[in-house]
Amino acid sequence: MRVWHTLFLGMIRIASLLALIGAPAAALAAASGGDPLGSPMWEYHAARVFADAPIVFDDRVKVSLPVLAENQHVLPVTVDARALDGVERIVIFADLNPIPVAVEYTPLAAQAFIATRIKLDQRTPVRAAVLTKDGVWHVAGDWVDAAGGGCSAPPLSRVRGDWADHLGELRGGTWDDGQATRLRLALRHPMDTGLVENIPEYNIEALTVSDEAGTLLARMAIHASVSEDPAFTLKFASGLSGDLKVMARDSGGLEFAGQLSASSGARIAAASR
Amino acid sequence: MLKRREVVLGALALPMVLPQMARAQGFAGSYNLAADPIGDGIWLVRGADEAITPQNGGAIANIVIMATDAGAIVVDTGPSLSYGRALEALARRLTGTPVARVYITHLHPDHSFGNGAFGSSEIHALPATRAELERDATGFEDAMYRMLPGWIAGTEVVLPQHEATAGVVLVGGRKLELLALAGHSEGDLAILDHATGTLIAGDLVFHNRAPTTPHADVPAWLEALDYLAALPHQQLVPGHGPLCERGAAIAQTRDWLIWLDGALREAVASGLDMTEAGNLPIPERFAGLAEARYELTRSVAHFYPKLEAEMLLRFGG
Repeated sequence: MRVWHTLFLGMIRIASLLALIGAPAAALAAASGGDPLGSPMWEYHAARVFADAPIVFDDRVKVSLPVLAENQHVLPVTVDARALDGVERIVIFADLNPIPVAVEYTPLAAQAFIATRIKLDQRTPVRAAVLTKDGVWHVAGDWVDAAGGGCSAPPLSRVRGDWADHLGELRGGTWDDGQATRLRLALRHPMDTGLVENIPEYNIEALTVSDEAGTLLARMAIHASVSEDPAFTLKFASGLSGDLKVMARDSGGLEFAGQLSASSGARIAAASR
Repeated sequence: MLKRREVVLGALALPMVLPQMARAQGFAGSYNLAADPIGDGIWLVRGADEAITPQNGGAIANIVIMATDAGAIVVDTGPSLSYGRALEALARRLTGTPVARVYITHLHPDHSFGNGAFGSSEIHALPATRAELERDATGFEDAMYRMLPGWIAGTEVVLPQHEATAGVVLVGGRKLELLALAGHSEGDLAILDHATGTLIAGDLVFHNRAPTTPHADVPAWLEALDYLAALPHQQLVPGHGPLCERGAAIAQTRDWLIWLDGALREAVASGLDMTEAGNLPIPERFAGLAEARYELTRSVAHFYPKLEAEMLLRFGG
């Protein structure tokens, strides 16, 4: 017993050592407002994004991130909160980005699922915060190591100079796998952050998806930390019939709208064979 | 009793912890290069079949040293100035002569960042490689300094000042056939050593290590592989992975590229996003390829947005 007692004490010492060097140990949580990621910006964002609402760190919110950030301009993030009931909003944010919040998604008739791509300006926690109708925010995420400058380098289309030729072009498809109707959507936009010399902030601000009759199914607010040429995956109940109407508005007041046919996914699949 | 010990050790093995502890301890690495003779007057310096990490110092590419009457030839210079210096000393020791000439197979930093150690040698590369280095060197430098703190100290990109052109060259009695190809990058130099029948393929060929694609053009790459497969040779030095004596490495690289391209196209055609594409199952036949999941994830980042722009339906806008 004595041996185990000593080992146990040793473990406690190791745990406190880990806390000191910034490991994601439970011991760290108390020192940074309960954040399991030990982020230096957690308390600031918690106060700003969630005001005084209750927050829980909840692994029912699945945040999928790649094993490495190959390109700091294009980090794919997938959030699946379908294990929670009554989801009202999904916010994707990166604590240490100069524009922390990327997307604020209101699923309405859609499922609590969203995938997109964001820019990273340095190594940072990337998180999803999911608001359920009882007023509780469910938060999950992880650290992502990234090279600097995702937000402060000009987008490729600015370097090439062709951004205006394709501005607002919409592409996409819908697929029904029997469990959900999946909408994959991409639009061309430079998504300027305002952090690059002589290029003011210019980005898609809002996006809505409606059914053929014009009933709003989902909407989101979008910030300039979403990657150039933003892309999204949204999911709706299986069996969604008819076309989907997509409307996006940018910070210059331009609107980009289109109607995506229900057979689009099948046509893309057929064309690829 | 044993179980409790496992729990204790398990608690220590937190994957996030170890690299941070290593970083906190500061830098104490040095390159310990070893060369295997693979023929008369030709040696292979094997890279680790891994991604670039602070543990391996970026020494992941295969390097070739050849002896000639006019001095040594080195093909590729490794990831840093200190690697290049160790390589220069190794070549000098093996051949008994200074390094007269360096060939750089392509622009990537694990192959070209040791150039600074070869200031008194002629550094040759394809014109496309020089142009790509001029374009990307600063970005590579930033990335390498971030990934390899310590190892990379003092490293600056030295551009090749001599143009390699396709054809036979004679260096100090050694006959080399230079092949100007592309596909892994915009300029891929492969070299056939006539005396030993050794084909030095650069990163056009990977062997038991998943191919990397940051500057790849798959159709051009497949064409280059056809060319190499048709070229008689006795053995092949891949850019990464073990020496290949039976042609398997060319076939394996081709197999991976065709699978990758098809799998990513199918992923776009079924509406998958990048995260899902990065998690696609990797066929059993690639189980022996090191870094397969890592390179698939990278390749998704390299190809996916462009494939979506090409394949998704245009509507409205």
